[in-house]
Amino acid sequence: MGDSRAGVIARPARPQAGRGEKFPVDRHARRLYGDHDQLSRRRDRAMPPDPAPPPDPDPRPMVRFDTVTRRFADVTAVDRLSLDIREGEFFALLGPSGCGKSTLLRMLAGFERPDAGRILLAGEDIVPVPPYRRPVNMMFQSYALFPHLTVAGNIAFGLKQERLPKAEIETRVAEMLRLARLEGLGGRKPHQLSGGQRQRVALARALAKHPKVLLLDEPLAALDKKLREETQFELMELQDRLGTTFVIVTHDQEEAMTVADRIAVMNQGHVVQVGTPSEIYEQPRSRWVAGFIGDVNLIEGELVSAGPDGAVVQDRAGRRFLAEAASFPAAPGGTVALAVRPEKFRVSTTPPADATVNGLSGRVVDIGYLGDLSIYKVRLDDGTLVKASVTNIRRHAAREIDWEDAVWLSFAPEAAVVLGE
Amino acid sequence: MGRRLSAFNLVSLALGLAFLYLPILILVIYSFNDSRLVTVWGGFSTRWYVQLAEDHALQEAALTSLGIAVASATLATVLGTLAALALTRLGRFRGRLPFSAMIYAPLVMPEVITGLSLLLLFVAVELDRGFLTVTIAHTTLTMCFVAVVVQSRLGSFDSSLEEAAQDLGCPPLKTFLTVTLPVIAPAIVAGFLLAFSLSLDDVVLASFTTGPGATTLPIRIYSDVRLGVKPEINAVCTIFIAVIAVVVILASLVTRLGERHGAAG
Ligand SMILES: Nc1ncnc2c1ncn2[C@@H]1O[C@H](COP(=O)(O)OP(=O)(O)OP(=O)(O)O)[C@@H](O)[C@H]1O
Ligand SMILES: [Mg+2]
Repeated sequence: MGDSRAGVIARPARPQAGRGEKFPVDRHARRLYGDHDQLSRRRDRAMPPDPAPPPDPDPRPMVRFDTVTRRFADVTAVDRLSLDIREGEFFALLGPSGCGKSTLLRMLAGFERPDAGRILLAGEDIVPVPPYRRPVNMMFQSYALFPHLTVAGNIAFGLKQERLPKAEIETRVAEMLRLARLEGLGGRKPHQLSGGQRQRVALARALAKHPKVLLLDEPLAALDKKLREETQFELMELQDRLGTTFVIVTHDQEEAMTVADRIAVMNQGHVVQVGTPSEIYEQPRSRWVAGFIGDVNLIEGELVSAGPDGAVVQDRAGRRFLAEAASFPAAPGGTVALAVRPEKFRVSTTPPADATVNGLSGRVVDIGYLGDLSIYKVRLDDGTLVKASVTNIRRHAAREIDWEDAVWLSFAPEAAVVLGE
Repeated sequence: MGRRLSAFNLVSLALGLAFLYLPILILVIYSFNDSRLVTVWGGFSTRWYVQLAEDHALQEAALTSLGIAVASATLATVLGTLAALALTRLGRFRGRLPFSAMIYAPLVMPEVITGLSLLLLFVAVELDRGFLTVTIAHTTLTMCFVAVVVQSRLGSFDSSLEEAAQDLGCPPLKTFLTVTLPVIAPAIVAGFLLAFSLSLDDVVLASFTTGPGATTLPIRIYSDVRLGVKPEINAVCTIFIAVIAVVVILASLVTRLGERHGAAG
C-alpha cells in the first residue's frame, strides 16, 4: 500500500537525521503539545531503515475511552464504550447515521462532556480540561472557516493563541500553505475559494498547531466523488509524513477501508468490532458487521462439528459445508450462519471437480453488468437468493452464462466465515 | 427575472413611486425656489441655503438632534445586541418567551403611549427633561429594532465557528470578541444606522420628553411650520432627507456585505 500512495503528494526531500523534523518545532509548542520527535513512531512502510513497528497489542494508547457514556435527553448516544487508539495510527470510526460517532469525536475534542467514564489522552484524564487547552485539533465537517479572516489568517489563528513570535507564525503559515498546496492563496477570503480549497484550508488550520491527535468529522463529505478519492490518498500521505494520530469519522465504508489502519465499527452507541480493514471485511464477528461492510450471502444452518480442521455447517436443505475457523460462535448443534462474500464464489456451468470445495447449485435469475464486474443473482434449489460477482477479464460479451442457466457456485473452506446469531 | 416590464407594470410602478416620492420631490424643488411664496416658482436660487447658514436656532436644533441620535443609537446598539445574544444563546431558559415578547413590544406600541409613560417616569424620579431624557426615550424605542436585526443574523450564525476557535486554543470570551463579534458586525452596524435614523426623525417621543434647551430638529421644524411654511424649512428638510438617504444606503450596503460573508462561512 505504501508504494501506491507515493506520488499523490510529492514527497519533499527529508534530511536523514531529522525524522521528526517535519516542522521546526519550537520550545513553546513542545511544552504545550509534547515533543513531536518522540511522538511520531511512524508506520511508514516505504522507508526501509525504519522497520514497521511490531503490532504490539497494547502499548500505552494515545487515546483511551474507558466505559464512556453520553446521554441526550432520551437517547444514549454513546453507551459504556471502551476503545483504544494507538499512537501514530490512522483510525476510523465507522457506523450508520446516528450511531454516536460524532458524539464520540466531540467528547475527545471537549465539546461534549461524558456523563460517565474517563477519556485518557497520552495517559492523562482530559475530561476536566476545556477544549481550548486540549492538545487535539479538529477539522469540522462544515470546515468552519472564519469568514472575516484570510486563508493565512485562518491558519495563523491557532498559533496566535499561543502568542508565538510573529516571524515564527509566518514561517509556519507558509509551511502549512505549502503542505496543503495552497501557495498563492494566503490572501484570499474563504468565500473566494472552491470547495476543495476550503477543505484544504480547514485541514491546514487544524494541523498548524501540531496536535497530538487530529480529529476529522466527515472531512470529505462535501466533495464530489473524484475529488474525494484524491483527497483520501492525500490524507493518507499526509498522515504518513507527519506521523500524527488521525481519527476520522465516516459513514462511508469504502472511505474507512481506504484510509484507515484500523477501524472501529459502531452501532447504537457501542463499538461492535475493532480491527484492520481486512480483518473487518474478511473476519466479521457478527451478521450485522458482515452486512454493514460490503455485500454478503448468509447461508443459515446448524453447526455440526467444530474442530481443528474447521467447522462443518449443515443448512436446512441438508447440504454440508466446510469452513475454516479459528473460533466458534456456537457449540455443535447451535444455529449459525455461513457468510460468503459474492466475489468468493466461483461460478461454473459444470459441477466442481474438486470434492473438497463447497458447492451450491441453482439457476441464474438476474445478471447485472457493472463494467469491471458482473453480478449474478442465483436462485438456489431451496429458493434462497444468492449473489455472486465475477470479474470480467475478457472484453467480449460472448456470455458463457445467461439468464435461466443452471449454474454451480463453489467456494473454498477459507472463503467462508461462521457467524453466530 | 429576464421578463420585460409590461405596460401595466410600468404604469403601476410609476404610480407607486410617484405616490411615495412626488411630495418629497416637490419639497426638494421648492427649496431651490427664488420666490418667498411657497407655491409660486420664481426661478432657481440657493438663497435659502445661504440664509440657513445664518439661522443659529435651526443649527443648534440640528446639532442637538445629531448628538441625541449618536448617543441613543450607541446605547441602543449595545443593549439591543446583548438582548439578542441572550435570546439566541441561552437556549430555552425559563421566561424566554415573555422576555422576547417584552423586547418586541415597543415595536408595536403606539409611540404616544411610550412617550407618555416615559414622561410620567421622568417626572416621578424628578429627572430634569432635556438632552438626557430624550436620549433615554430614543434608546428605549430603537434598541428593539437593533435586537431584531442582530437576532436574525445570530440565527444563521454557524456555531461551529465558535467551536473551531475554542478548538484552536481561544478561550470563550476571546472567541466572542475575535470571532463572533466580527462575523455579526455588519448586522450590528446596520442596527446602529437604523437606530440613528429612527432617532433623527422622531417627533412624538421627543415632544413628550424634551425640555428647554434641548429642541430637536424635527420639533423645531414642526413648530415653525405651524406658523406657516418658510422656504428655509424646505432647505432644511432637503438636507435632512439627504442625510437619512445616505444612512439608509449605508445600512443596506453593510447588510449586503454581511450576507456575502455569511454565505461563505
Ligand atoms: N446535542 C444533541 N442533543 C440531543 N441529541 C443529540 C445531540 N447530539 C447528538 N444527539 C443524538 O445522539 C445520537 C448520536 O448522534 P451523533 O451525532 O453522534 O451520530 P453520528 O454517528 O455522528 O451520525 P451521522 O453519521 O448522522 O453524523 C443521535 O441519536 C442524535 O440524535
Ligand atoms: Mg456525525
